Amino acid sequence: MAIDWYLIVSALIFCIGAGGVLVRRNPLVILLCLELMLNAANLALIAFARMHGNSDGQIFALIVLVVAACEVTVGLGLIVAIFRRRLPVDVDELRELQG
Amino acid sequence: MSAVIFFIAAIGAVAGAIGVVALRNPFYSVLALVGHLLSLAALFLLLRAEFVAAAQVVVYAGAVMVLYLFVVSYIGGGARPLTPGGSSLRAVAGFAMLALFVELAIAVLGSSLKAVSGDGAPFVPGFGTPEQIGEALLTKFLFPFEVASLLLLVAAVGAVVLARRRGGTTLEDEIRDSAHWITPRSLFSGTMAEAVGAVRPPHEHGDPGTAATDENELGRPVVTPAGREEQGGW
Amino acid sequence: MTTTTWGWLVLAFPLAGTLANGLGYKALGRRGAGAIGTLAIGLAFACALGALFSLQGHASDHRELTSSLWDYAVTGPGVDAKLSILVDPLSVYMMLVVTGVSTLIHLYSVSYMSGDRGYARYFAYLNFFVFSMLVLVLGGNFLMLIVGWAFVGAASYLLISFWYRRGTATQAGIKAFVINVVGDVGLVLGTFFILRYSGTLDLLGTFRAADGGAFAGHQGALTAGCLLLLVGAFAKSAQIPLHTWLPDAMEGPTPVSSLIHAATMVTAGVYLVARMHPLFERAPAAADTAAIVGCATLVVAGTIGLVMTDIKRVIAYSTMSQIGYMIMAVGAGGYVAGLFHLMTHAFFKALLFMAAGSIIGAMAGGQSLEKMSGFRRAMPFTFGCFVVGGLALSGVPPFSGFFSKDEILAWVGSRGGGWDVLYVLGYAGAFLTAVYTWRMIFRAFFGEPCAEAKELEHGHLAHAEVPTNPANAEVEDTDVGFPGPEHTIAERALPMKVSMTLLAIGATVAGLVQIPHVDHVITTFLEPTFADSKWAGHEPSNGLVNFGLVIGTVIALAGIALAYRVWVLKPGSAAAWRARFAPAYELFVNKWWFDEAIDLLVVRPFAAFGNFSRRTFERVVVEGTLVDGTTSVVRAGSAAVRAIQTGFLRYYAALLLLGGAAVLLYFLISAG
Repeated sequence: MAIDWYLIVSALIFCIGAGGVLVRRNPLVILLCLELMLNAANLALIAFARMHGNSDGQIFALIVLVVAACEVTVGLGLIVAIFRRRLPVDVDELRELQG
Repeated sequence: MSAVIFFIAAIGAVAGAIGVVALRNPFYSVLALVGHLLSLAALFLLLRAEFVAAAQVVVYAGAVMVLYLFVVSYIGGGARPLTPGGSSLRAVAGFAMLALFVELAIAVLGSSLKAVSGDGAPFVPGFGTPEQIGEALLTKFLFPFEVASLLLLVAAVGAVVLARRRGGTTLEDEIRDSAHWITPRSLFSGTMAEAVGAVRPPHEHGDPGTAATDENELGRPVVTPAGREEQGGW
Repeated sequence: MTTTTWGWLVLAFPLAGTLANGLGYKALGRRGAGAIGTLAIGLAFACALGALFSLQGHASDHRELTSSLWDYAVTGPGVDAKLSILVDPLSVYMMLVVTGVSTLIHLYSVSYMSGDRGYARYFAYLNFFVFSMLVLVLGGNFLMLIVGWAFVGAASYLLISFWYRRGTATQAGIKAFVINVVGDVGLVLGTFFILRYSGTLDLLGTFRAADGGAFAGHQGALTAGCLLLLVGAFAKSAQIPLHTWLPDAMEGPTPVSSLIHAATMVTAGVYLVARMHPLFERAPAAADTAAIVGCATLVVAGTIGLVMTDIKRVIAYSTMSQIGYMIMAVGAGGYVAGLFHLMTHAFFKALLFMAAGSIIGAMAGGQSLEKMSGFRRAMPFTFGCFVVGGLALSGVPPFSGFFSKDEILAWVGSRGGGWDVLYVLGYAGAFLTAVYTWRMIFRAFFGEPCAEAKELEHGHLAHAEVPTNPANAEVEDTDVGFPGPEHTIAERALPMKVSMTLLAIGATVAGLVQIPHVDHVITTFLEPTFADSKWAGHEPSNGLVNFGLVIGTVIALAGIALAYRVWVLKPGSAAAWRARFAPAYELFVNKWWFDEAIDLLVVRPFAAFGNFSRRTFERVVVEGTLVDGTTSVVRAGSAAVRAIQTGFLRYYAALLLLGGAAVLLYFLISAG
């Protein structure tokens, strides 16, 4: 398959993920949609790696994987902490930074 | 043949994505994401990136998603939404996503990059193998590798710190209103209130028994303006 | 020692006295302050004498000497502001009068103010006043004149409000200062008008320019300038309509009244007109205005003096009246006559005030004539001083006031024409002077002794149980800011006796230097200054002079006789006269309603304007529109921006994505 098919798929997944971030209220699901976006980026990176024929894109994708894992860790830690404080686990309710 | 697999994998990925966004129960969303990740691994394989595909399955789907499942089980499905919010946001979201997708599509399809419309560079055996990845990691990309490991350490420490219980304090224990932000000062500490005579040392009142502070309802000392006295001399 | 060096020394000693007393009052102690103050002025007087002799050592047409210490701002044509003094016969004459009388008043104050807690401050202020007055008379250019003018106003304010815890005193001080500031404005504006065409601030330079025709085509500017200078002169010399501060200025201690408001500061206006005579002679409208206002003042003040009951106010109105004579004289061109009267008036008026201070001390601070009577036996020395001063003031020969007043009136009469009206009014004023002066003396010293007088005859000075403000009977105390607990009378204080004796001698014999037909010391002395006057050499005719001498004596004695009849021989007749002339009495007692008129015409409009400015302009325009408007615009802007900070996570994410999409769109379009 031509590379641009992969890129289209990546764009589609990215947009779906972005839409999910905007629409869902549960922070867990928002994090999941963030993962979607990261994966879409990974797909695009691998596609470009294949296009160029070297491993730079793959390394990049691996690092993105690592970053995603860290971000999930910290994000879930935050959500657990929120849950422990008995605050509502809903991004619309958590707005103490309102100016 | 590869086209068929591509389409199956692509449809699986997109279906998983839509499932993440649309499913009400976060547990099901996590499962949909797992499916999405597996489809993505298949796409990676089609692109001959074997190591990344394996890492995706093992690390991402295998470890990160399991962590997710633990947390979702702990927190539960999430309460019913207390306030209906952001309906206007749905319209905005839809519009924004459509716009973004259209732009990206235009960007990709309208690109003058010739290689995008092709299959890519000629396949070199060893592309995507662990040997090649490992060599690149330890030579050309050593610094990002080390930084990534540092990042992992930071994330681990952060997670531990975030999730531990603070020693016994809860929200209700601390008083956070503004009256207690200002600590009461001792006399002759050089505050402006003393300089302008708003606070006087207690002995000037004439009776050493009463303290110079009265508290109003906020718990702050009440200050009264000092009187003027005519001194003799010049 | 050059003459001008003597001049600088005359300035230096009082300044040193002020600084020593003002800065070192803690170290000097009580007696030190008085000694230093008096010594400073005494030395200044000695240096003034030195300047006199040194000046007379020059040839008579070389007696206008200037000396400049420092160029402050010299910018080409027009502004040459220097620290310069002018030593010529006129300034030496004024210097001698000022320092001489000041020395005696300082000596008097050493006793008089001895019970006061603000003793050192008093002497610091008094020295400052003398310094300022000397700057005024010695100033060699308009700048120094204005500086001295302003400083004497400030010193007057400080000294009138000396007992600063008295509300009446501080109000009087403010009133004096504000009216003096009106005069200052006139003075400065007048200077501008003159400076514009003369091209120099220097006095001699201005006069030379005037001689050379600098004002030839600008008569209007010259007249306007001189009229504005007159505004300054009237404010400082308490002429109508800027005179209302002088009676209130009697709130200050009596030596202050005697020095500032009798002998020296109020004569500054006379000095000004005399000094600026080349300009005034070229602006006859201004000179005539001065004479007319002087005449009006002397009559009005005389009438008010007839009905005042506060002894110091009687003397204050008398001062106003006599200054009116002097202003009339210098406005008519009789500069020597006016200045001669200035000198004799300084002597007898200071003497009268000192004596008044003595009797006020005997009354334990009370100043009302209604309560004083029969002090003749208890206070013979004070009585004697009052008599000498009263005779001099009324113009009885051979006392000094007789010669000086008659010289003025003879000069005015010799102008002829419309000036005869002023001539007649001058003699009417002399009659009034005699009446009110001797009314005061007869009421205070004749008749049945009052309680305080009886106490004093037994050797016991009256003491007020509770110190009160004599003006409004408010209770006070005797701490700083109020008069001290002890009062002194001349009979018991040697310094007071010495100073009063010297002044009495001066009041008696000072006239002998300018007896008509016999000698004219002062005319000769002042001749170099007034040589360029168009009246130089003009003399009243002998007939007029002799007529004036006779009629002056007759009028003075008639006034004394009338006063004797009304207040001594027939004690009840004063009330009868008052009833018969009730409307006139009302007019005089209300001081011709000048205070009320000024309040209505000036104070209320200003206050209304101020209120309007505060309520409408300040509050609505400045605060409301400009300040609040600006802040509310900023606040609205920030509120608008703050609306973005909703706190909703998804809102921020939406903004992010939308922004990203927009940027991407831009790049897509720009890439073509």
